Amino acid sequence: MAATGDTRYEELSVEAADIRPHETTWQRVKKSGSVRLGGAALAVLLLIAAAAPWLGTVDPTMFDAGSRDLVPGKAGEMMTLDGDLLRHTFWFGSDSLGRDIYSRVIYGTRVSLFVGVVVALLSLVGGILLGLVAGYIRWLDGVIMRVMDGIMAIPAILIAIALVAMWRPSLSTVIIAIAIPEIPRVTRLVRSLVLTIREEPYVEAAISLGSSTPKIMFGHILPNTIAPLVVQGTFICAAAILIEAILSFLGVGLPPEIPTWGNIMAEGRIAFNEYPHTVFIPGIFLTVTVLAVNILGDGLRDTLDPKMAKRI
Amino acid sequence: MYQFIARRLLSTIPVLAIVAVLVFMLLRLTPGDPAAILAGDAASTEQIEGIRKTLGLDQPLPVQFGIWLGQMLQGDLGESYYYKVRVTELIGQRLEPTLSLAALTIVIAILVAVPLGVVAAWRFGGWFDRALMGFSVFGFSVPVFVVGYLLVWLVSLKLGWFPVQGYKPMDDGFGPFLYHLVLPSITLSVIYIALLARVTRASVLEALGEDYIRTARAKGLTESRVLISHALANAAVPIVTIIGIGIALLIGGVVVTESVYAIPGLGRLTVDAVLSRDFPTIQGVILFFSLVYVVVNLLVDLSYVILDPRIRY
Repeated sequence: MAATGDTRYEELSVEAADIRPHETTWQRVKKSGSVRLGGAALAVLLLIAAAAPWLGTVDPTMFDAGSRDLVPGKAGEMMTLDGDLLRHTFWFGSDSLGRDIYSRVIYGTRVSLFVGVVVALLSLVGGILLGLVAGYIRWLDGVIMRVMDGIMAIPAILIAIALVAMWRPSLSTVIIAIAIPEIPRVTRLVRSLVLTIREEPYVEAAISLGSSTPKIMFGHILPNTIAPLVVQGTFICAAAILIEAILSFLGVGLPPEIPTWGNIMAEGRIAFNEYPHTVFIPGIFLTVTVLAVNILGDGLRDTLDPKMAKRI
Repeated sequence: MYQFIARRLLSTIPVLAIVAVLVFMLLRLTPGDPAAILAGDAASTEQIEGIRKTLGLDQPLPVQFGIWLGQMLQGDLGESYYYKVRVTELIGQRLEPTLSLAALTIVIAILVAVPLGVVAAWRFGGWFDRALMGFSVFGFSVPVFVVGYLLVWLVSLKLGWFPVQGYKPMDDGFGPFLYHLVLPSITLSVIYIALLARVTRASVLEALGEDYIRTARAKGLTESRVLISHALANAAVPIVTIIGIGIALLIGGVVVTESVYAIPGLGRLTVDAVLSRDFPTIQGVILFFSLVYVVVNLLVDLSYVILDPRIRY
């Protein structure tokens, strides 16, 4: 056992990275099972979000007192705003106000994915700007990084909750409130990358040729930080979807009439004993979505950023 | 050594100062009159004026910060307008449930995750290792409240093993106390186990590649001795570090878990304070949690000296 064990551990460093030089990065990414699995699941979810109105849904905010607390699969009637009576099958049942849970869950996909992607982009932009400045303009480094340390000392969910409470909840305030506590991590990453890259000969060459500081930062340094940032962005997207759901679930996020998975679950917890599906169905969608993004992120990390893959 | 402790203690001051500035700015950046916000929606004009006086809100911003910081340093976090008691007193009342929940969660997580991580590293690449890595991705992805409701439904409602909700203080006897705390702690420990198992596996794996492991095996030590007293002992520093960093995750989870299980702790207090826009309490709780996070990580840094005798400061 011991002998075979040893060689196995020694091979580890080679095995974990597994890079063949003749392959392009894109070929490696495409071959990764995790990227394929996570990407495919995410593609399906994006399709659901885009096609929400044509998937047999009704207006997710429409309610009918006559169709309250229906179990999944039961048919019932709904009065539309125009006064028409609509026959509708409640595939996932209805909630205590008589809203169609299926429609709410399907439309909820839109909110979750939108929040995830926009938060990831916002915090990447914020983190890149701050990180480039901290890493390249040395006298600002101390100030920026101390502020980042301070933000990181406050748990992300608490910052988000407090900010939303100050600003009153809406889609834009929720997105900004979730993005702010994610910025320090990106800033740290970009700064550390910049500190390594700025010592490279091509940066020195650019300085010697008299390139301006913004040109060096955005033209020479930034392109070389892309791979780890894509990976980081994916993980932020997953975290943002989770935090949005938590805010809604706690009742401090988006207003309750907006169909989000967290809101559906918050509504469903009142009658959880009798109708557990109201909590579980959006919970499954939420878990699958976050899982898909995380698996995609793992795959991207292993293929785009092998150095990081070896560390974790 | 003492010099290091002093230096490390001093280094937490800038972080805490920044946290204080951020929490202070949080309220000043809010649109509207801070005095009116602090006083709450039901306050009279005299009450608002009173708050304006005590906080010096008619003074310039740096002076306001000075007054505010002075009060904080004296341990005065203001008065909750909703509960009508001092915020410090409020935090004191709610501390026991949260502390018990967090402590039991950490104990469960360590007892489960460390052995799992060690075995996964020992059988690197095998089915157990892959299953654990799969679980850890799942553990990061499944929201705390989904785990909570799943356990409530399965273990409490269907099997009837544990109470659905509620909390019993330690004064009511240790049995009932633990009985009510087990399910919430298991719920909260899932994400912590995922994190801890992953780091344990990675650091034990690294240790197993070292020469002293080969020596230990060559001496004829049993595999369990090799794993525990050689590999795990050398992997302790990163494991303890991640326990410290994970506290931030734990605090976020506490807020949600206490809401699911109706535990009257600090997490519930935070949510209730936000819902009633009780700003002195929100400020107080954020400051308190941040202080805990900074202090825990300070203790983690100090523990390196014990865990790894090679580290000397």
